[in-house]
Amino acid sequence: MTTKLFGSRVPRVEDQRFLRGQGRYVDDLLHDDPRLLHAAVLRSPHAHARVVDIDVADVLDVEGVVAVWTWDDLTGPMAEPLPLLIPHPTLTHGRTQYALAKDEVNYVGEAIAFVVATDRYVAEDAVSRIRVDYEQLPPVVGIAAAREAARAVHDDVPDNVGARMVQETGDARAAIAAAPHTLTLDLDVERSACTPMEGRGTVARWDPDTSRLTVWSSTQTSTGVRGCVAAKLGLDLAKVDVVTPDVGGGFGVKINHPWPEELLVPLAAMTLGRPVKFTEDRREHFISSAHERAQQHHVEVGFDDDGRLLGLSVEFWHDHGAYTPYGLIVPIITSTQLLGPYKPQNYRVAFESLYTNTVIVTPYRGAGRPQGCFVMERTMDAIAAYLGTDRTEVRSANFIQPDEFPYEHGLVFQDGRELTYDSGDYPASLAKLKELVGWDEFEDFRAEMAAEGRRVGIGLACYVEGTGVGPYEGAHVHIETSGRVKVATGLTTQGQGHQTAFAQIVADTLGVRFEDVEITTGDTRKMPYAVGTFASRAAVMSGSAIHLAALRAKEKALRIAAEALEADESDLEIADGVVSVRGTDASIDLGTVAVLSNPLRYAFDEASKAATQFSVGDPGKPPVAEDDEPGLEGKDFYSPARSTFANGMHAVIVETDPDTAEISILKYAVVHDCGHLINPMIVEGQIHGGVAQGVGGALYERMAYDESGQLLNASFMDFLMPYVTEVPTSIDIDHLETPSPLNPLGIKGAGEAGVIPSAAVFAAAIEDAERPHHPDLAITAMPISPSELFELRLAHAAEPAAEPAAEHAAQKETR
Amino acid sequence: MKPAPFAYLRPSILEEALAALAGTQGAKVLAGGQSLVPLLSMRLAAPSMLVDINALPDLDHVTSDDDGVRVGALARHADVLASSGAAAAQPLLAMALSHVAHPTIRNRGTTVGSVVHADAAAEMPMVLRLLEGSVDVASVRGRRTVPAAELFAGPLETTLAHDEIAVEAFFPALGPGAGVAFQEIARRHGDYALVGAAAHVETDGDAVTRARVGYVSASDVPVVVDVTDAVTDPAGDPAAAALAELEPAGDIHASAAYRAHLVTVLTPRVLADATDHARRRAGERSSA
Repeated sequence: MTTKLFGSRVPRVEDQRFLRGQGRYVDDLLHDDPRLLHAAVLRSPHAHARVVDIDVADVLDVEGVVAVWTWDDLTGPMAEPLPLLIPHPTLTHGRTQYALAKDEVNYVGEAIAFVVATDRYVAEDAVSRIRVDYEQLPPVVGIAAAREAARAVHDDVPDNVGARMVQETGDARAAIAAAPHTLTLDLDVERSACTPMEGRGTVARWDPDTSRLTVWSSTQTSTGVRGCVAAKLGLDLAKVDVVTPDVGGGFGVKINHPWPEELLVPLAAMTLGRPVKFTEDRREHFISSAHERAQQHHVEVGFDDDGRLLGLSVEFWHDHGAYTPYGLIVPIITSTQLLGPYKPQNYRVAFESLYTNTVIVTPYRGAGRPQGCFVMERTMDAIAAYLGTDRTEVRSANFIQPDEFPYEHGLVFQDGRELTYDSGDYPASLAKLKELVGWDEFEDFRAEMAAEGRRVGIGLACYVEGTGVGPYEGAHVHIETSGRVKVATGLTTQGQGHQTAFAQIVADTLGVRFEDVEITTGDTRKMPYAVGTFASRAAVMSGSAIHLAALRAKEKALRIAAEALEADESDLEIADGVVSVRGTDASIDLGTVAVLSNPLRYAFDEASKAATQFSVGDPGKPPVAEDDEPGLEGKDFYSPARSTFANGMHAVIVETDPDTAEISILKYAVVHDCGHLINPMIVEGQIHGGVAQGVGGALYERMAYDESGQLLNASFMDFLMPYVTEVPTSIDIDHLETPSPLNPLGIKGAGEAGVIPSAAVFAAAIEDAERPHHPDLAITAMPISPSELFELRLAHAAEPAAEPAAEHAAQKETR
Repeated sequence: MKPAPFAYLRPSILEEALAALAGTQGAKVLAGGQSLVPLLSMRLAAPSMLVDINALPDLDHVTSDDDGVRVGALARHADVLASSGAAAAQPLLAMALSHVAHPTIRNRGTTVGSVVHADAAAEMPMVLRLLEGSVDVASVRGRRTVPAAELFAGPLETTLAHDEIAVEAFFPALGPGAGVAFQEIARRHGDYALVGAAAHVETDGDAVTRARVGYVSASDVPVVVDVTDAVTDPAGDPAAAALAELEPAGDIHASAAYRAHLVTVLTPRVLADATDHARRRAGERSSA
């Protein structure tokens, strides 16, 4: 394609609005509507209990309360469990919760009763008056308790195992047994969560005059919510519109749907005949939206003298919380994506997905990849330490080479398709990273710092990320008679800059001015066929669909213009919204072409006068040809056979305080390859945000449950999201562009990349900083706090005249 | 996260506020609200009435003289931090206040409110104790002065009666030959400290005559330990002496052992800094 805006640092058109407080989020909607009602939810205070009785008598006296519902008040599909969105043959014991708990609650925060009142204060007052008799049951908290299965979350799943899955290529265990060197590692990652600035929220309005339901929801999939609302409320799909306004961040948590409130709010709006709003508060977000990340892994690896993987066997246990609405997506991604840029000759992965009495687990930015990357990269580091070789050399020895693409792993990915990498150049990426971070000069720096009594360490981590998963996205491009271009795509936007990036594509493809393009996302009235925004797929899927749809509109524009200009289509070009005949003065602007495309009977302005049936077309032919349609539009869908695989490598230099065990970041470097860049500034913004979120996940954030299943840190006071003071002041970024052959733009996704290698890269760097002083100290669990590093130091007391040990003896440590 | 219903009173004279507190069971004083309002929103506190003292006159002062610094009940942390008179009279105030949360919180939160909230993780209650200051309190029964040593009764608990308002805190000036220092270790910039320590050292020439260290988050109340003997004894270990008086506890952010370790790291640091400070001040005085 002729590229002008594609690839350039176009400032985000969204930012003026967002930075000036002009964004419109779900909670902003209908706020001055006097008929608006507000909902609040009674949530379980217990991790595991039978609900013996619910007494709402005291609520009915509260002035301003309009409705109070428990499960007993629900009928039809609403009284059935919520859908299991992504079934899988190995998910033999999938369970989902009810919109309001029926008989039993399985995590602190599970919805029990729903109150609608004139304002949220009254609704919360009413919630506090509902009396529930609970019969407490022993809770299952954490992976160890789930595996032990001394007690069960669900009576009919006594071993707490929702799914068991094994994938294997070759014979990994035999290869390990025959390998000259072997290591075993046990590696843990704790729970965390997306914690977007805006929590969940839903507003619904029922219009009795037209019998239509409009739902506004802070979601990553408006079409998904629409389907669920229609099915659960027993409405024809055509009666339900779902609109996603500005969304204050999703990071995965808003792809799960329908949340109980996403159904109860529309139901209340229909039942009560008044618009209803639910805005989740921060504490609710911590205890009733989704978490992720908690997994324990056992690794056995066999390798040769060069560190080449001969056999790799990984067993892991995934904590999916109390229910499995989103199926096995996270552990399947871990099992396939932990391979990263490497090609173990024999690979076996087995996981169990386990029930616990804690909040449900659905994908969180990275979605199982941070754990997989942590496992693989810790394994690479352990092999390097064992062999006494440079950590980059062990990785190089295992890289898939540039001439091996497409590379088939012989495994099945999360989308049910073959795990086949489309493109990449991992040796080139590593060379860039070593240069960027100063890998080869680091030992000099370490010695310099050591002379000042300071401890520094360096780590690196590589990942490959399947992005742009199917099944499809679509786009509709409409060139108006004004010459302005209205584009609709159905997936939602959460602040990624879609309006900008998509408009860049349209401007280039059509030959129109960037300012004349207007993008609509997430509105089922404009584009009812769509999937959603997750898995770093928006640019690949909707970007490609928009490109294809714009090409169709362009094709038609050229055909009509050729006729009007009495020229050959091949002699035409479009620039700045004007079609001209190359080498002549003859031209027609696209707005006029749009006028000509739609023969009219009635003239209502100057433009339409030019388009009446007396003015245009051949009187001998039908005004609209048999195989044509009125209007200057293009519509198309993009549906790739499989995902495209982006990749990247991060390196970090950290300093650990010898006295306080505080960990600080001295340098952070990223080499990133997402194929062609639509807008480097947006891609780098995604990386910056991802790295910041990754710093949180590696060094600060965790969900701290006590043994009774209470979340001890359900606030931003104790859930330590890093401030700007805790993230690196600068991030050095370099790009490699190996285009994807799978889509017309050669692009790959970039949304999640920044967060994937964080746990791995920090573990490596901290361990590297400590090694000269504590040769046996291994970082096998993340996140890590100064307190935990202090405890690790105590457990691995320094040896006299400590040198980095060539033999890596501490691989069986767990903490 | 909406508060339970409460009555709200915003009196314009102190007597009205005191009468309301005396006459209303379960009434609470609202000043900066930086601790109280989150507790209300999470329904962890449900007072029957909030007596908002923000409209009361003559309570927002930060005045300094040779005796020390007087801080009114409506003076914000930011006001105290910005006061050059306060910094000159008692340098420990600014040293500690720069660790109190973030500017937005310091702009609203009051120093007196923080003191009487009596959080062992907060800087200012400990600072008041270390400096041997006091709080003036008022009630319908009249006014009294409560020395810091008698102020803190337990975790988040003072000896004030429910109908008393702390109207002023007094932080004594730093004496000649004395020095102070403050350090803390927090998970994030502006968080409550995992452990914080402040030292107050008095010198006579090269000799340390008195050394005391106050601790944040090292027990469930603000604790000040006199470590003079450990400092003046060449074989003494001030941190060990302090730990004997402290009960550091573990929580989700730090183990008890790590907190104890931080006491041993921070104690010599703040003592050395405070001793340097004392000697520097003595040097400045003698050269002046």
